[in-house]
Amino acid sequence: MTDQIFRFGGEGGEGVMSCGELFTIACARSALEIYTFLTYPAEIKGGHAWYQVRVSDQLLLSQGDKLDVLIAFNREAYDRHYKMVRDGGVLVFDNTDFLPDEDARTIKYPIPFTKIAMEEIGVRLTKNLVALGALSALFNVPREKLEGLTREKFGRKGEQVLQKNLDAIAAGARYVEQHVKKQDTVRIEPPTGRQPKLVLSGNESLSLGALAAGLKVYAGYPITPASSILEWLAKELPKVGGCIVQTEDEIAALGVVLGASFAGKKAMTATSGPGLSLMVEMMGLATMAELPAVIVDAQRAGPSTGMPTKTEQADLNLAVFGGHGDSPRIVLALSSVEDCFYGMIRAFNFAEHYQCPVVVLTDQYLAQRKATVPKPDLTGVTIESRRVPTTAELAQPYWRFKITEEYVSPMGVPGMADAFYACTGLEHTEQGALNYEQENHTKMVDKRYRKLLGATEQPGIYRTYGTEGPAPIGVMGWGSSEGVIREAVAQANAAGIKVTAFHPKLIHPLPERAIHEWVTQHGVKKLIIPELNYNGQFATLLKRHLNHGLEHIQLNRCGGVPFRPQEILQQIEKVA
Amino acid sequence: MPKISAQDYKTKIEPVWCPGCGDFGVLQAICNALSAKDVDPKNLVFASGIGCSGRLPPYVKSYGFHTVHGRVLPIATGIKVGNPNLTVIAVGGDGDAYAIGGGHIPHTARRNPDIKYIVMDNGTYGLTKGQSSPTSPMGMKTHASPYGTTEVPLNPIAMAIAYDCSFVARAYSGKAKELSEIIMKAMDHRGFALVNVISPCITFYNTYKELPPQLASMPEGYDPTNRVKAFEFALDASKIYLGVFYQKERPTYESQLYGLTQKTEGHGIPRLEEILLEFT
Repeated sequence: MTDQIFRFGGEGGEGVMSCGELFTIACARSALEIYTFLTYPAEIKGGHAWYQVRVSDQLLLSQGDKLDVLIAFNREAYDRHYKMVRDGGVLVFDNTDFLPDEDARTIKYPIPFTKIAMEEIGVRLTKNLVALGALSALFNVPREKLEGLTREKFGRKGEQVLQKNLDAIAAGARYVEQHVKKQDTVRIEPPTGRQPKLVLSGNESLSLGALAAGLKVYAGYPITPASSILEWLAKELPKVGGCIVQTEDEIAALGVVLGASFAGKKAMTATSGPGLSLMVEMMGLATMAELPAVIVDAQRAGPSTGMPTKTEQADLNLAVFGGHGDSPRIVLALSSVEDCFYGMIRAFNFAEHYQCPVVVLTDQYLAQRKATVPKPDLTGVTIESRRVPTTAELAQPYWRFKITEEYVSPMGVPGMADAFYACTGLEHTEQGALNYEQENHTKMVDKRYRKLLGATEQPGIYRTYGTEGPAPIGVMGWGSSEGVIREAVAQANAAGIKVTAFHPKLIHPLPERAIHEWVTQHGVKKLIIPELNYNGQFATLLKRHLNHGLEHIQLNRCGGVPFRPQEILQQIEKVA
Repeated sequence: MPKISAQDYKTKIEPVWCPGCGDFGVLQAICNALSAKDVDPKNLVFASGIGCSGRLPPYVKSYGFHTVHGRVLPIATGIKVGNPNLTVIAVGGDGDAYAIGGGHIPHTARRNPDIKYIVMDNGTYGLTKGQSSPTSPMGMKTHASPYGTTEVPLNPIAMAIAYDCSFVARAYSGKAKELSEIIMKAMDHRGFALVNVISPCITFYNTYKELPPQLASMPEGYDPTNRVKAFEFALDASKIYLGVFYQKERPTYESQLYGLTQKTEGHGIPRLEEILLEFT
């Protein structure tokens, strides 16, 4: 069985990331499952960079725990990551650059990547391809896939460049065949008879989901780790008749989104914490004016500029409560690369259906990592659009904010003959006239809250797994930690511990009924709440809404890097 | 004969403005221009910011979007990009436009969406009872500046010309005919048009007496395509010139954005299936 974790480390800007990327895609094209995990240095050139990929012939839920193989291009990579290598694991290192300490903990393969690149190829930077060639010989990484990718990547740069890169792969492989005696058992075995899946990053999957949902206007301001959404949509959106607006700041970004939405288009923006902070006033306007809008927040460690390239789950309070006044909105959290696609369709459906801002929380860990996902299937997926007034309704005087049974009002769009209205951030009546009476304000605030409650009864807003019958221990995380929790729960179950997990995708309003049913059905007594923030923002939200006499056990760690399955498993074992 | 008279562009909603407010004149001039240009109300959108003048949208038969303070231009841009067939008119005051919203003007000017921006400039914050605004004269005493303001006033015309705004004009609410004509010229312009209308606040900063002697029309035969000349007239402190200072046609933002769509559509709109092929 193949289930191995490889980590590449070296100097930023020297091709460590692309080395990892080529390795990953070569595996994915061989019908293996992949799950990457990476953080970029905040600097463009220089700084330490590393790339991790887990490769398996089984479905992967997390980045995993200890490393099976570390490929260290320099001393710093060795110093930083060697402790993460499992006992009996493998260290492949560039002995042109450094020599590791003597120990018997791992199997070590010195391979002079840089020397081979310089002496045999004459180009220092081809050391990454030398490394890939060496890895293909050492671990059975499909060489023809690596070469195919190299052709795609370097083909346009001319025959000479391409040939040098292909020669580098061959030189790396040759060195291993001639000088290295394999002592480990790591071997990549591509499965037979399986179709390769798509390889998508979280942000790519999310952007594809937005296209599938009918996105037509995207507005945004560049910010890590959300920029790749702007860039991808800039290329793809015009192809489907849409457009992007790169704005002067995040306030303007949400402004353009609200304007386009008012004009009848499905519109979105994507940002990170600092940008979401700026959007808060505009979110209140979307709530008040009852405009559909999708706002993606790719969380990074904060506050302030924080750690732009590192993950965290600490924007939940801002997403749920940010803003003055009673300003209800829907908050969704994406949980996996595949969920990014369907989650965005859900976000647009909710925004259109409930005519409100929908904040979608993802994070650096999910945004930038890649995974193999089955080709999206839209059969059975509903794409919703806002309810517009019917001809019969327009024969009557049109009330833009009419309180209906569902509390959602038919929304007129400029261009319609008799649906005139002026939407406003000022309090107004059902007819849309300004009104500052306490009675009316209460009625309209109530409307804006109540209409959202329908979302808690929609399908697909949470997932449960783990023990099916009675389970005294429950785990409830949120967002991108789903796979990690699921893996830990499976390990605990395999060890005989009865534990169940509930993973909400709808964070606000919370699906209280479903949570209550889950707690009572399993007889959960102790609830572990893991999240990557200091105070337990989700745990606090949960306590506000639910009181089952449950013992809440917060598992909080500041962000930077995501949870590992072991961290969750240890907590489960402690509680059991 | 116009299809709809200027009077019929007005709704039955009574403006909140003080009797004698300059904004009444602006509202009338806007309706005159809409009538003269036969703008179909169902395709007409007024977007506004916060302030006395920001209350204008529901007073005109149209769709309206009364937004938040200072953000009318991004929202108007979104409306135009969302549906380029709409006639989009943004309105607001000098505080809304040049203080809190000042950062959006250069970028809207750079993009050049076909939006008309009518700024009702009264040199004060009327709705918050008379504090100084970006266009208040230096030394103006208000409750918030009891010893007189220490900032020099902004010159919106020179600023807009410097940003290469494709249409820059100044008008006065007290000269109804000229104001209507300037708004009509702005409507004829394809691109972002900024019309700074001096519209006195009768309650907190009444300039009705002091203004008229300083006003002057742009000279006969003035060439608004000459940017250097435009600066000269904008910076001339001896007079307050009224008219079109600067006008330069260039492609609109939305025509360029959707031109891109046409270009890529030339290869046929791909289905999601085709885009997914990139990820195999």
